[in-house]
Formats: sequence, C-alpha cells, structure tokens
Amino acid sequence: MSLFGVHYRVERKAIGLTLAIIGVASIGGLVEIAPLFTIHQTVEDAPDMRVYTPLELAGRNIYIREGCYACHSQMIRTLRDEVDRYGPYSLAVESKYDHPMLWGSKRTGPDLARIGEKYSDQWHVAHLNNPRDVVPVSVMPAYTWLLTTELRTDDLGLHLKAQRAVGVPYTDDMIANAAVDAYAQANPDSPQADGVIKRYGKATTMRAFDGNPSHLTETDALVAYLQILGRLTDAAHRTTAQAGIEQ
Amino acid sequence: MIAQLTLIERQRAILISLAVTVCGGLIIIVGRDDVMGVHGALIFLSGLLMIFRIGGSYYLPEPSGDRLAHYYDDPSKVGIILSMAWAVIGLAVGDWVAWQLVDPDLTFGVGWSSFGRLRPAHTTSVIFGFGGNALIATSFYVMQRTSRARLPDQVTPWFVVFGYNLFCLLAVTGYLMGITQSKEYAEPEWYTDLWLVVVWVTYFVLYLRTLARRKEPHIYVSNWYYMAFILVVAILHIVNNLAVPVSLGHSKSYSAFSGVQDAMTQWWYGHNAVAFFLTAGFLGMMYYFLPMRAGRPIFSYRMSIISFWGITFFYMWAGSHHLHYTALPQWVQTLGMTFSLMLLIPSWASAGNVLLTLNGAWDKVRDDATLRFMMVAGVFYGLTTFEGSFMAIRSVNSLSHYTDWTIGHVHAGALGWVAMITFGSIYACVPWLWKRERMYSPGLVEAHFWLALSGSVIYVFAMWNSGVVQGLMWRTYNESGTLAYSFIDTLIAMHPYYIARAVGGLLFLIGGCLGVYNIWMTIKVPGLSTNQASDVPQPAAVGAGVLQAAE
Repeated sequence: MSLFGVHYRVERKAIGLTLAIIGVASIGGLVEIAPLFTIHQTVEDAPDMRVYTPLELAGRNIYIREGCYACHSQMIRTLRDEVDRYGPYSLAVESKYDHPMLWGSKRTGPDLARIGEKYSDQWHVAHLNNPRDVVPVSVMPAYTWLLTTELRTDDLGLHLKAQRAVGVPYTDDMIANAAVDAYAQANPDSPQADGVIKRYGKATTMRAFDGNPSHLTETDALVAYLQILGRLTDAAHRTTAQAGIEQ
Repeated sequence: MIAQLTLIERQRAILISLAVTVCGGLIIIVGRDDVMGVHGALIFLSGLLMIFRIGGSYYLPEPSGDRLAHYYDDPSKVGIILSMAWAVIGLAVGDWVAWQLVDPDLTFGVGWSSFGRLRPAHTTSVIFGFGGNALIATSFYVMQRTSRARLPDQVTPWFVVFGYNLFCLLAVTGYLMGITQSKEYAEPEWYTDLWLVVVWVTYFVLYLRTLARRKEPHIYVSNWYYMAFILVVAILHIVNNLAVPVSLGHSKSYSAFSGVQDAMTQWWYGHNAVAFFLTAGFLGMMYYFLPMRAGRPIFSYRMSIISFWGITFFYMWAGSHHLHYTALPQWVQTLGMTFSLMLLIPSWASAGNVLLTLNGAWDKVRDDATLRFMMVAGVFYGLTTFEGSFMAIRSVNSLSHYTDWTIGHVHAGALGWVAMITFGSIYACVPWLWKRERMYSPGLVEAHFWLALSGSVIYVFAMWNSGVVQGLMWRTYNESGTLAYSFIDTLIAMHPYYIARAVGGLLFLIGGCLGVYNIWMTIKVPGLSTNQASDVPQPAAVGAGVLQAAE
C-alpha cells in the first residue's frame, strides 16, 4: 500500500490524526533541546561566576518590565565586527543564572552584554532620564519616572527564594537579608554594607548609583544591573586571551 | 444570542461565569499588594458582566428544536467582529510605535506608552487578538461544514471565544502595567498562561467532539491544519511557559529554564508560534475559503498531504536558526539551518496549491477583490517562506540578524500572508454568515485591497533597505582596520526608512478601518436574504461538492 493509501486511512480517524501530529511534531524539540540539559560542554565551567545581588535582580526585573529586550540584545555573536564593537563574544555560562535569558532578537539600540562599567553611573542616570540629553539622535524613550519611583524591597526575599527554586544557588542567609542588602548596596557607608560584601564577594559594586543615598529608587536598581552586565565572570575574557595565544 | 440557548445552557453559562467571577475575587484578595490585583478586578468584572447579560435574558422563551437543523454560527459571528476590533487596535498601536521610532517623544512621558511596553501590546493584539479570533471563528465555521455536523453544544464555543478574549485582554493590559515574562510572543505571566491552557484544552476537545459527530468519512484538509494549530500551540505554550511564580500574590514569575536552554526553548516556541499559529491555522483557513470562493477544487490532494506533514515535522527543528553565531552549540544551529532549507519544499507545495487551484479562475481573481486578497496572500506566503529559508543560512543570517530585515520579513508574512488571507476569508464568510447576497460595498473591498497591498509593499521595502543598510554599516571597516561607523551613524541612515515604514503601516491601518466599516454596514443594512438550502447539517451526505479533492 502506498504512503498516500496509508494516509487515506489515517485521515478518517480523529484520534489517530491527533496522535500522529503530536508524535511527528515532538521529534525536533526532543532532539534539539533535551541534549542541551545533558551534554556538559554546552555550558562552560566558570568557578568565579557569581549570582545577582538583590538590587541587581530588582534592576533586571525593571529591565524586563519596561521591555528593554525588544530593542537591546545581550548576546555578542562570534563575528569579528561584533567583538570589535562590543567586546569578547558571549559565552553560555554568562547567562547561566538568567531566568529568563535576555539574549534578545533585535538591535534598535546597541548590544548591552558588556555595557557594565563602560559608562559612569551619572551617564546612565542622565541617559535614562532623557537619552537625548547625552545622545542627541537617540530614539530611546525617556524613563523619567524611574528616578522618582521608590524601589519595592519588602518582597525581594521571595524573589530570591523563587530564583532558588529554579536553580540559582542563593543561600538562606542571602534570602533572609535580601531587602537589607538591596538597601546597603546603594549605601556603601551604611553599617549593613559589610553584609553585602560578605555574602556576594569583594567585587560587588557598592555605590549610590543614582547619586542620592537617602532614597532607594528604581534608577538605583536599574543602573546597578546595567553596571554588572558582562561582569559576573571573567570567563569570556579568558577564552579570548587563550584563543589569542593559541593563534 | 442568549435566546438561542436552552434553559440548561443558560444555567451552565451562569455557573461558569460565576466561577470566573470568584476566581477574579480571589485574585483581587491575594494580589492586593501587586498589579496582579488590577487583573483580578478585570476578571471579576468580566465574569459579573456575563452573569448580568445572561441573567437579563434568563426568562426569554426557550429556542425551538428547529435550531438543531442549522449550523451554530453565533460564536463565529462574534469571533469575526472581535477579530476586526483587535485588528484595528493592533494595527493602530503598531503604527504608533512605528512613529515613535521617527520621533521618540511620542510617548508623552508616561510609562505605559513607551516603546518597550507598547511593542508586545502590538504583537499580541495582532497575532493573538486579530489572528487568533479569526482562526477560532473560521474553524467553528469550517469544521461544521466540512463535517456536515452541528457543534455538539451551545455553551462550549462561547466559553472558547470569550475565554480566549479574556486572555488577550489580560495579556495586553498586563504589558501596559509592566506585567511581562519578556519572552517574545509568550509575554503573558503565569496565571494568564494557565487560563489559556484551560481555554485551549476546551477548544481542542470541542474540535474532537464535533469531528466525532461528522457525517463525512474523511476529515477534510482544513481540519488537519486547524488540529495541528491547536495541538502544537498547546505543547509549545505549556513547555515554554514553565515558571515558578514569586508567590501566589505576585504577577512576577521566573522561567524554569535559564541561559542557553531557555534561549533554545524560547525560539523553538517562537519560531513554531509562527509555524503553527500563523501558518498552519491560516492554511486551514485557505484550504476552505479559497476553493469555495474560486468555485474550484483544490489542485492537488497529494500536495496538501506532503505539505501538511512536511510543515508539521520540519518546522519544529527550525527554531535554532534564530540563534546563529550565539552561545548555542553549533550542532543545534546547523540542524536548524538544514531543516529551514528543507522547509521550502512543503511551504511551496502549499503556495503552489493556492496558485494552481486558481488556474482556470483568473478572470475571477481579476474581478473579485476578495479572491484577489487570497491570491496575493498565497504569493506573499511563497515569497516569505523563500525569504525565511534564505535568512536561515548562517552567512546570510550574520548580516540580517538583529536588523530591520527581520522586521521586514515577519511583516511580509504577517501583513502579506496572514492578514490578507484573513481579510479574504472574512469578506467571503461575512455574507454567508449573515445571509447576505454580498458585502455592503464591493468598492470598499477593492479599496481595502489596494491599501493593504501598497501598505505591505512600502513597509517591506523600507525594512529591507533599512536592515541591509544597517547590517552592512555594522560590519564595514575603514582602511586602518577599525570599524567605519558608530552605532549612532546607522540610526541616522535608517531615519528615512522609518518614516516610510510608518506611512506603509498607516495605509494598512486605513484599509483595516474600511474593512470594519464595510462589515458593520453589511450586518446592519438588511440585504437580500439569500436562501442557502444546502448550508445545513446533513444526516448522511455523500461527497462534499467543490471541496472534494481533484484526484
């Protein structure tokens, strides 16, 4: 019996057709996605990789809320001009703790994977408030309200807990002190600042990001996040350096 | 509409509405510290509105048993009206954001109107609001006729239509308030996603229940596509939206996957939302309305089989072509590219089927703008699928990715294929549904056609130019071996194309508004009531007339 003959019979059975569609459509995803969880080389090892602080995570959530991913990618491709323009190409490990990833699909604005510490805090604050004050032909919207909106911190512990549930290694200590740590990271002179260093490491950026330590605003959180982009691990810089030596 | 429901059905509808209202009330309570509470209120009010609507007509006399001798088309009618309403909203928001890229201060300084929040509102309104409602409405219409069976009950289809629109409403209002998962085309948060699962499962079960009552031994091609659309979208939706909410009272959730696995899952979803929502579903629409309108059978039954299984199998591999040159392992990228190229065969089998079906009916294409909508849709489908395979080649993708070329490509598909086949099908379907001889104004259909076509062409050409120019500028080096252009230089170069794009979008929007007016007047002005004696469910019909395959 020809294949068309088989089909002639299948198309008379609703359940048969249903099962056939599910079967045929499942194969591609199973072959392409499932191994990404099991093949070890998919994600590089980076022992120095650290997690986002509560303030940076809150900033990341603002980035998501405002839909920044619609215009900014966070994925430098393995192409010469991209490496020249943005820095070492992105490694999988760098977004290991990104639930969800923000690789993006469109660059109406430039890539942000290595924007961290490329500009000063003051530049970011001015740029978010009105991009055209610092980049005259920018088409980015002005986010004036971020500077005056108080950051919600009382539920940050719950956020860290949910992050832990999906696999980010936050400790009980980090979860218990989430709100205090968010406050302290933007208040380096406060007595709680030592706790942030203790929990997240000496490399943590501790600054009054929006220039005003007395208020913890959404700008504080967003700038803290932007300034850590590409700086959670040195793995990408090491890989490029090694590639250079091998050549 | 409510007069058509029996007393039992009215009671069931009230009970379901009550359950929705209670859910809304609970969400108001648990989500009171979060924007989620606003959504609770929206759900609560929606349920309450339905209770009052049904309750107000509760004591109307019951319908006669005569209704069972006719197809149940009220949900399709409402679906088509909602579809056109979403079309105007979605196109208007789309054109607004297009102008924002010309003048970024068109946000008027408030949060909800910034590009990042309006952009998903545009895509969701157009894809899920306009496209989804059109698919649901036409699928009810088509599955009844091709099965010669009436819908099994009169409450479930309403639950699907209104439940689905509640989903769209929660999604779009959510983005404006900043509720989003940031996964493209899967932005709604966990509770909205769960609600869609309920609606979607009900939809598929309704489909199976109707097919189980069919009087035709074979399931017609359109139904294969509609079934694949519902089934695969369910799989994609459930897997890609796996997430852990911060708490039951928080709208915010964290995706179960991270980094590279999340990226692959997202684009497996994203590309197949295109495949099964925007392609399979609309091919189902095409396979019914095109032969009906042209008065000719589908050219090749075998080509439709090859096309159907090819699309169902190949598409699911193609998602990784969105991640060329990224941190995704290269073997997955290569698989994605390979299958994207192979996809051209089933895609062109369908596009070819469209055009070859019209062989012998070209005089009708010339005279009938409705049929011309469908013909042009087929042409755009062929062009866009060719372009898609082309852009999936790694070296081409290195230029096109991240640029407006992608935007041009999706709009060639969305405006040229999806919207055109939908407008064509709706213009064919509205007179049949409301028992009119023809649309209120064939001249307005003609005007809509030319506005839609010119709008699409201007839009796509503008984005091709903008994308290729930007891609080339990014990779241009000067003689000293450094990059020739800053990012800002490319923005200046793209400005004229952004204006052209916004103008093209405006033409398309105006066409859509003409369509709404024309449909509204067709419904409002009682025309000649045509007698469609054949358009009823039959106990034991042999052969389906023009729908029978040519072979």
